[in-house]
Amino acid sequence: MTDIAADVLLDIHNRMVRIRTFEEEAGKLMESGKIPGALHLYVGEEAVAAGVMVHLRDSDQITSTHRGHGHLVAKGGDLQKMYAELFGRATGYCKGKGGSMHISDLDLGMLGANGIVGAGPPIAIGAAFSNKYRGTDDVTCCFFGDGASNEGTFHEAANMAALYKLPVIFVCENNGFGEFTRQERHQAIHDIADRAAGYGMPGIVVDGMDALAVYESAGEAIARARRGDGPTFLEYKTYRYFDHVGVRGMGVIYREDSEVLEWRQRDPIALMEARLAEQGLLSADGAAQVHEAALAEVREAIAFAEASPFPEPSALMEDIYTTAAGAGGAA
Amino acid sequence: MTTMEAPATREIPYVSAVAEAFAQLMREDPTIFIAGEDVALYGSVFGVSRGLLNEFGPQRVVDTPIAESGIMGLGLGAAATGLRPIIDIMFMDFMGVCMDEVVNQIAKMKYMFGGKAKLPLTIHTMAGAGTSMAAQHSQSLEAWFCHVPGLKVVMPSGPYEAKGLMVAAVRDDNPVIVVNTKTILGMKAHVPEELYEIPLGKAHVIREGTNFTIVATGRMVSESLKAAELLSADGLDVEVVDPRTLQPFDTETVVASVRKTHRALIAHEAVRFGGIGAEFAAQIQEEAFDYLDAPVGRVGAPFTPVPFSPVLEKEYMPTADKIAAEVRRILGKQV
Repeated sequence: MTDIAADVLLDIHNRMVRIRTFEEEAGKLMESGKIPGALHLYVGEEAVAAGVMVHLRDSDQITSTHRGHGHLVAKGGDLQKMYAELFGRATGYCKGKGGSMHISDLDLGMLGANGIVGAGPPIAIGAAFSNKYRGTDDVTCCFFGDGASNEGTFHEAANMAALYKLPVIFVCENNGFGEFTRQERHQAIHDIADRAAGYGMPGIVVDGMDALAVYESAGEAIARARRGDGPTFLEYKTYRYFDHVGVRGMGVIYREDSEVLEWRQRDPIALMEARLAEQGLLSADGAAQVHEAALAEVREAIAFAEASPFPEPSALMEDIYTTAAGAGGAA
Repeated sequence: MTTMEAPATREIPYVSAVAEAFAQLMREDPTIFIAGEDVALYGSVFGVSRGLLNEFGPQRVVDTPIAESGIMGLGLGAAATGLRPIIDIMFMDFMGVCMDEVVNQIAKMKYMFGGKAKLPLTIHTMAGAGTSMAAQHSQSLEAWFCHVPGLKVVMPSGPYEAKGLMVAAVRDDNPVIVVNTKTILGMKAHVPEELYEIPLGKAHVIREGTNFTIVATGRMVSESLKAAELLSADGLDVEVVDPRTLQPFDTETVVASVRKTHRALIAHEAVRFGGIGAEFAAQIQEEAFDYLDAPVGRVGAPFTPVPFSPVLEKEYMPTADKIAAEVRRILGKQV
């Protein structure tokens, strides 16, 4: 890690802190009923999004999941538009039509959070095919979880990615649970990366709580894809602090509190801060400032969202087709 | 009666009209590629992409694994990032394997993203019974897709329509499903050599008449024209309307016809129950109730999977005779 530039390390740390702050505040707002619908929060998994995304350009694409806020924050998403979307406001990323599960920013190559588990991989190979077809060296990072690794869509996409040598990176965030079902109760293997061999691509298992390990492994896979050498499967072992939906996460039927506390001992942000301190790159005060700045930014975004108008009722029938003329078929 | 036809240039079969549309579109626009099972080397099992690999090469004419979700996702991701894909799903029945991509992703991406996404994606597939391919290779499932906001659905009735609607579909910036019918691929008609578009969402009065309207889709258009001839012996002057596009549906043209003729029947090859004819009938009754002299009739397949044995399949298939019989029944003239 010593050969990673200081500004990159600080950038990764900053992205992780912004994600966590965004998510913790969002969780409170959902619990208090201010944000409608359901939120799937990314807390605990920040090292993966930050460590991968710091390598990407705006023109590189990602496909995301139902747990997608962290991906968009790390890709450089506008927090005000994100919060406005969570609040269902007209100023949101999707004009209030998508909400948490469909948050997206096509200008940043963020091809959408997704309400369907396993929907990302086929979309990702399409974007990667397009990158290759158009003669760019852009890559597509496909984020998905252990749960999605059992969907047929993943297997079809993995096969095609390797067959066509597409510039796609399968970023498997193995947080140990498919919704509320523990990994050993939903698949017979321990390392999901084992599946990569079956498709003819490298598969690597990485500590997903260690942002630097994420950074290094993702860097290699992304460089490989940019060179035209095809896809890589990266499995990041990580952990979801909160529940599948909402905040709680402790005192639940599907896992022991001791397990949660054990994972929290290796918190990705604390781990990063310890290393940065050790290297003399960030003091305790400096870290506190990063957290405070993130909180101020998030609060500003929330204020913007709460002050924003809801969509006009007439917006219901807009944006269904690219040209409204003739579309809709009446009734 | 007058029959309106395409300008008389040359006669080519339906399958060649589709292949010609693909080739001419690909010459015109380098962002168009076609992907699907056996579309490249084999030229598609129906021949609709024959010759494309030689002219455009494997980058633009892409043989895929048998993996419909993957194929559909390939089209979606490529369309969302600047290309104009044509995705071939060999048999319409196989749409069942990629319904999430079509219904939850492709149809909704634009709306869910607040209008930002543009998906110029064409899905080409082949429907229809009559070839003893049994229950999983013979269905007409167009109604499924007409029910999903965000999709457009076209169903050509002949070679002229096949080319013109394909051109319009591919040039459209929305996802369009083109449902061709395998049993009319050999049908010949005049097809202009140049590229031309048949506008989406516009119905075509293919046969003018004064006292009965048959609204027919796909193969049922030619069957309805035959039925119209049979019925002329009964003194009926039947108008046949081909919606061409099922979604969006040209209510206006159909309703205008029914207001003129006062009687209507809808014919499609799909199973009658819950078929697109039910929607058409409802719209006619909403918009032309006071003009109707008889209930709106419907001809479609019976409520059963498509059978294999030719004897059973013949029993299953809607035909000109069945259409004519239903018209007579509606008019109280039992056969």
